[in-house]
Amino acid sequence: MDWGIILNNTLAAILTPTTLAFALAALGLAMHFGFAGLLNFGIAGFMAIGAYSYAISVLTFGFPWWLAMLMGIVGSILFAILLGIPTLRLRGDYLAIATIAAAEIARLLFLTTSFTDVTGSADGLFGYNNAGGFNDANPFPPGSYGFGPWTYNRETLWVVLFGLVVLALCVWLLWALMRSPWGRVIKGIREDEDAIRALGKNVFAYKMQALIIGGVFGGLGGIVYAAFANVSPGVYVTSLTFFIWTALLLGGAATVFGPVIGSIIFWVLQAFLSNVLPALATAGILPISSTQASTLRFVLVGLGLMLLVIFRPQGIFGDKRELTFVK
Amino acid sequence: MSNNETPGKSTGLHLGEAKPGCEKLDPILVIDNVTKSFGGLAAVKVDHLEIPRGVITALIGPNGAGKTTLFNLLTGFDSPDTGAWSFLGTSLAGVPSFKVAQMGQVRTFQLTKALSLLTVMENMKLGAKDQKGESLLTSLIPGLWRKQDAEIELKARELLKRFKLDTKEKDFAASLSGGQRKLLEMARALMTDPVLVMLDEPMAGVNPALTQSLLDHVLNLKKEGMTVLFVEHDMHMVRHIADWVVVMSEGKVVAEGPPDTVMKERAVIDAYLGAHQDTDLGVVTGRINIITEEGEK
Repeated sequence: MDWGIILNNTLAAILTPTTLAFALAALGLAMHFGFAGLLNFGIAGFMAIGAYSYAISVLTFGFPWWLAMLMGIVGSILFAILLGIPTLRLRGDYLAIATIAAAEIARLLFLTTSFTDVTGSADGLFGYNNAGGFNDANPFPPGSYGFGPWTYNRETLWVVLFGLVVLALCVWLLWALMRSPWGRVIKGIREDEDAIRALGKNVFAYKMQALIIGGVFGGLGGIVYAAFANVSPGVYVTSLTFFIWTALLLGGAATVFGPVIGSIIFWVLQAFLSNVLPALATAGILPISSTQASTLRFVLVGLGLMLLVIFRPQGIFGDKRELTFVK
Repeated sequence: MSNNETPGKSTGLHLGEAKPGCEKLDPILVIDNVTKSFGGLAAVKVDHLEIPRGVITALIGPNGAGKTTLFNLLTGFDSPDTGAWSFLGTSLAGVPSFKVAQMGQVRTFQLTKALSLLTVMENMKLGAKDQKGESLLTSLIPGLWRKQDAEIELKARELLKRFKLDTKEKDFAASLSGGQRKLLEMARALMTDPVLVMLDEPMAGVNPALTQSLLDHVLNLKKEGMTVLFVEHDMHMVRHIADWVVVMSEGKVVAEGPPDTVMKERAVIDAYLGAHQDTDLGVVTGRINIITEEGEK
C-alpha cells in the first residue's frame, strides 16, 4: 500500500471541478430545504437542465459559451416555475415526491432516442466547450500550475477558477439574502407557513422565489460540471440527488458555508475510501475483491449519513439549537 | 359575578331587538349567508351576522359549533361553499388570507403558531407590514432597509416589554413555555397594526396569573381603538371583558346580545352553558358537598 498516493489523491479532492459543482448544487438545496423548508429531491434534475441547456445552446443553436450558460440559468428558472406552480401548494412530503418524479422525467427526456439529434440520447453531448469558445476564453497559457496534490493543467485550472468565481458569487448572494428581512420571511415559512400568511405575506410568491434561486444554483452546478466533463444522462440520476443531500447535511442545512464545506468533506472522504479500500483488498487485509471494495464506499457513505442524521442533525456548521430534523 | 372592575363596557351597539342576526349601529364585519360543509355535515351556516366596531365581541358555543371554521372562512384560510362577507365595506369573498391580513384583519390560532427556530425578536419583526427589505431585489441592498428595520426593532421591543417577553428577545421561540408562546403570538399579531384582531382561544392552557395580564392586554386593544373578536370557553373572561356575545351551535348563530342578558337565555344554557355553570363542580358531581355555597352568593 502506497500511503503517499492515497494521501495525494485524497487531498486533491478538496479543490476539483466536481467538488465545486457539488458545492453549488448543495447551496441550492440549502436555499430550498435549509432555509425555505422545501423538500426538493430533484436537485439532479436542476443540474441536468443547466448542463443540457448550456450544451444544446452551443451545439444546436450555435450560441457563444457565455450566452449558452445564461440559457442554462434561464432553463433552471423555467424548470423551477414549471415545477413550482402545481407543487408549491402541496405539503412538504408531497413536494418531495413531485420533485423526484420531475427530475426523473427530465432525465428520461434527455435519454430517449426520440431527440437524439439534440440531446445525444445515451451518448450525451460533448465538444461544446470547444465549439462555444469556453476553452478559447481560457486566459492561462499551456503548462502545469499549482503544487503538490493541487497541480492542474491549463484546462482544469480554467474550470476551477470559473467554478470558484461562480461559487463565490452564489455564496455571497445566499448570505446577503438570508441576513435580510426577505430571508427572515423565508425562514418563517420553513417554520409555519400559515403563521406567515396570517401576518400578511404572500407565501406562495416567496416559496416560488426561493425555489427559483435554489434552482439556479443547482443549474449553475450542472454548468460547472459540464464545463469540465461531458454531459451524460447517466450522471443526473437520483443517487446524485442523494449524494448532494449528504453533502448538505454534512455541512449543515441551514447555513451558508455548510454546503461548501460539506461538499469538500464528502469528496475528500469519497477519494480516500475509493483509494484505500481497493488497496486494502489488494493487500489481503479486506477479504473481498478490489471491485467490491470500491463499491463498499457507497455503503459506508450511507452508513455515515444515517449516523449523521441521528447524532448531529444540524450538521457540522449548524447552530446546535437549530435541529432541522427535530421538531 | 360583578362588572365593576371592567372599565367602560360599551352598550347600545345594536338596533332593534338583540336577536340572532340583528343590525349593528357601526358594524366592521358583515356576514351574509356563509355556509361550509365537510362531507354531509354543515359546519357553518350563518344567515346574517354583524360584528360591531371598536368593541370586544366574544364568540362562544359548544365544541364543534363551527367557531374556528368561521374564523378560517373569515380570514381566507378556508373557502366557503356559499356566501359573502365584507370587512370595512370591502367584500372579502375569494380574497387570499395574506391579503386579508394586509387589510388589517389579523388572527391568532387555537394551536399556537410560534416560529420555533426563529428568535423572539425575529418573530416580532415578521409581523411588521410594508417592509422594504422583504422584496427580493431591495433585500440585497442593506442601505434601503436598515433604518426601517431598526425602527421596527424599537417598536417590537416596546411591545415585548408590555407582554413581559423583553428578556427573551434573543432566545428561540421554541424555548418559550406554552403561555409565553400565546403572548408572543398575540404580540406578533399586534406588530401588523391591525384594525380587527381575531383571537382563537387566547386563554386556553394559560395559568390564572397570566390570564389576568392577558385580559388587560385585550382590554388595552379596545382602548387603542381596535376591534376584538375572540373565541373562548372561559365564561369568566367572556363576562368580564366582552361587550357583545355571539353564541353559535351546530354551525348557526343561536343567540346574540350583551353578556349579562345572553347568558341567561334558555337556548344558550341548553346548548352550551349547562344548568350548573355557577355551581362548584364538586356539587355538580355530588362528590363534595359545599355548605357555604349559599353564603357566597
